[in-house]
Amino acid sequence: MTDAHFAIAPSAPTAAAAAPATGARPKMAACNLDFHYDGFHALKGVNLEIAEKRVTALIGPSGCGKSTLLRVFNRIYSIYPKLEAKGEVLLDGDNILDPRFPLNRLRSKVGMVFQKPVPFPMSIYDNIAYGIRHHEKLPKGEMDARVEQALTQAALWGEVKDKLRQSALGLSGGQQQRLCIARAIALRPEVILLDEPTSALDPIATGKIEQLISELKHEFTIAIVTHNMQQAARCSDYTAFMYLGELVEFGETETLFTKPAKTRTEDYITGRFG
Amino acid sequence: MNAPSHAVSDRLYRNRRVRNAIALGLSGLATLFGLFWLVWILWTTLRTGLGAMKPGLFTRMTPPPGSDGGLANALFGSAVMSLGAILVGTPIGVAAGTYLAEYARKAPIGEAIRFVNDILLSAPSIVLGLFVYTLVVRTSGHFSGYAGALSLALIVLPVVVRTTDEMLQLVPGTMREAALSLGVPQWKVTIQVLYRSALPGIVTGVLLALARISGETAPLLFTALNNQYWTHDLSQPMASVPVVIFQYAMSPYDSWHALAWAGAFVVTLFVLLLSLLSRAILLRNKASHD
Amino acid sequence: MAANSSVITPAITAAIVDADRRSARDARADRAFRWIVTAAGIFVLLALACAALSMLRGGREAFSTFGLGFLFSTEWDAVNHHFGALVPIYGTLVTALIAMIIAVPVSLGIALFLTEVAPDWMRGPVGAAIELLAGIPSIIYGMWGLFVFVPLMGEYVSPWLDAHVGALPLVGPLFTGPPLGIGMLTAGIVLAIMVIPFISSVMREVFLTVPTRLKESAYALGSTTTEVVWDIVLPYTRSAVIGGIFLGLGRALGETMAVTFVLGNAHQLTASLLMPGNSIAATIANEFTEADSDIYRSSLIALGFLLFVVTFIVLAAAKLMLRRLSRQEGAK
Repeated sequence: MTDAHFAIAPSAPTAAAAAPATGARPKMAACNLDFHYDGFHALKGVNLEIAEKRVTALIGPSGCGKSTLLRVFNRIYSIYPKLEAKGEVLLDGDNILDPRFPLNRLRSKVGMVFQKPVPFPMSIYDNIAYGIRHHEKLPKGEMDARVEQALTQAALWGEVKDKLRQSALGLSGGQQQRLCIARAIALRPEVILLDEPTSALDPIATGKIEQLISELKHEFTIAIVTHNMQQAARCSDYTAFMYLGELVEFGETETLFTKPAKTRTEDYITGRFG
Repeated sequence: MNAPSHAVSDRLYRNRRVRNAIALGLSGLATLFGLFWLVWILWTTLRTGLGAMKPGLFTRMTPPPGSDGGLANALFGSAVMSLGAILVGTPIGVAAGTYLAEYARKAPIGEAIRFVNDILLSAPSIVLGLFVYTLVVRTSGHFSGYAGALSLALIVLPVVVRTTDEMLQLVPGTMREAALSLGVPQWKVTIQVLYRSALPGIVTGVLLALARISGETAPLLFTALNNQYWTHDLSQPMASVPVVIFQYAMSPYDSWHALAWAGAFVVTLFVLLLSLLSRAILLRNKASHD
Repeated sequence: MAANSSVITPAITAAIVDADRRSARDARADRAFRWIVTAAGIFVLLALACAALSMLRGGREAFSTFGLGFLFSTEWDAVNHHFGALVPIYGTLVTALIAMIIAVPVSLGIALFLTEVAPDWMRGPVGAAIELLAGIPSIIYGMWGLFVFVPLMGEYVSPWLDAHVGALPLVGPLFTGPPLGIGMLTAGIVLAIMVIPFISSVMREVFLTVPTRLKESAYALGSTTTEVVWDIVLPYTRSAVIGGIFLGLGRALGETMAVTFVLGNAHQLTASLLMPGNSIAATIANEFTEADSDIYRSSLIALGFLLFVVTFIVLAAAKLMLRRLSRQEGAK
């Protein structure tokens, strides 16, 4: 595992070429990634690096493949039949698309939060403990501490500490989404994938989530899909612009939004299409 | 030119209004007509049945003609066989429904199973009785409570399959993704998260199935047969309330008729209560989701 | 975390190995679970196939002894071991037909009333009442028919029909006969009452699928409710409405207890609807436990097989027609 990052260089020369000079170590990388479903070519030879302990935003018009790319990163797509990913996705240098890569390890290292908050139909406490219980056998006291820690990190502890045993379905939308983030970070993953995490929330709840993201990046590697360009500009370090299944441009967020290299990117961020 | 055309249009409009009123009146009448019979039947059952209720109904055995008795053995037989049917039909039904919703949602095999299940759902229950007769009674050589329970289980099965399938399909796909993305395997996700989410619906389905089998007569006639005496041995022929009602109502004896009405009262009340209960569960669940 | 530390401790290695072993175990459990639920799904398929096959086998003796004559003979003679199914087939079809003639228009009226006509506060309770009543066991309908409805038919309706309609040409022979009360007309009416809640609740659900904007645009043109129903709702739902009717028909054909009480169990073929008759389900219910020879029992199982085949066809047709609507909906 330690020689992980050495593996990237030989197996992914194109990825390195597409990547900006990040200064940060790449945590995950997609190399010549192709994705098909129902005969539709959803990702076309994508090369992308996700820098460690930074926020990488994926933007682009609907159907550009940004969500698909995110869903390849923890192989969640594999629960549906007839979906096929070709190429490599490296996590610390290991190809996670290799069927021999243990799913358990992948999912405990790469957590995911979805567009709509989906609390499980159980108590707030159990929502957080559910994933932990599957991976670790913890005594009660340690479990309590883990739950509290996860809820604190997700900036939710203060609001729910007195009703941990109540159903999570009673929380507000914004609280539910922070609960889902807490649920994901409770497993102590290394990467967190956020798939349009604020699209179902009001502006105040959105603000809280964005603030949370900027705090979480000190500890986690974060990739976020968003259709909101201001959001990408506000909270990401790197931004990838995708269009029709291709990665058009990738660079530091500030550069991409102020001095885009490609006209298509400029058209999109200035609102001329999409 | 304008005036006459207005007159024509007014007349047309009036005609249309009249036709509309007649049609709407007819639909109201149809509703009254339908409700009239149904209320009549319910009223007769509840009134006559209540009049026929007497002490000992729940403690005494089914009597020979002319003497006093109760329905204790029949009620017990019905309870045991219904319970057995639920215990057999529910797990298989939930498993099959899970297969349909989680593994074969759009697959041709799933469509085929759904199709067959829907046919099974409305197939004549007497045919299921005949099936179990040839399968169990004929091969074992005698009528038994097991055969009765099995034929009822065949009625429970499609109801549970269908509700489980429908309820699991209502669980949002993101719920599955969220649970699977935690690294929890699919079987655990299904049992611990999806079933929990679909539980009120599945319980409702089981209650409706119980309501349906508690009045079923035809499949028991030649599987469990009947038994004048108390038995808790399922390998023996067993009495059940509907079969006793059938036998007693078709007899020429007044005391038997009274017992049949009392039995009908108990069954109807039970079925209505179950329907109300399942409705309440669904409503409560819906309210908590909105 | 391992990637961050420069030293791999044995503890970390052990944790990784443990996690990977758990991965393999999870995958195995997943496969087992999938296998179990698949088996249950296949079981449903097999249950129906086995039911058909076992009855075909049980009825084999009757089919091979009587051949096609089994379908066309009116003889049902337990003493001389000669059995023909025409009387019960006829009785099944006639009672189901009477039931549908009454139930279809009434159910249509109820469904329209509950979806288009009734004020909102009424729709819920009346709809719920009708659905509750659909759950009442058929044996209750049969008992009510025997003890309440048959005497009324015998005392008032049959004599009136015999006197007034019986003399008419063409339809007359259908309505002549002694005032027994029991008979095919009575059975048909009881069946109709039984399937009305059933058909109307299917139709109501079907009507509710008509998109509001379709209806609204018709109302906006000044259409009356009747016209909207006739021009928009019914054409849109036609196949599903027929599917609902077939579902009711399947139920009427196979219904046992409601009919057995009031049909009279008479193996005779008569034109008159006021005369007792028999149906397939009633014959089986009445005679199965009394069947004292193999060929007798086999003939009854053969009857069951016929009933199964007929209801299968009717229900399959119903299902296909109902599915057309959901496809249409899905396409929109």
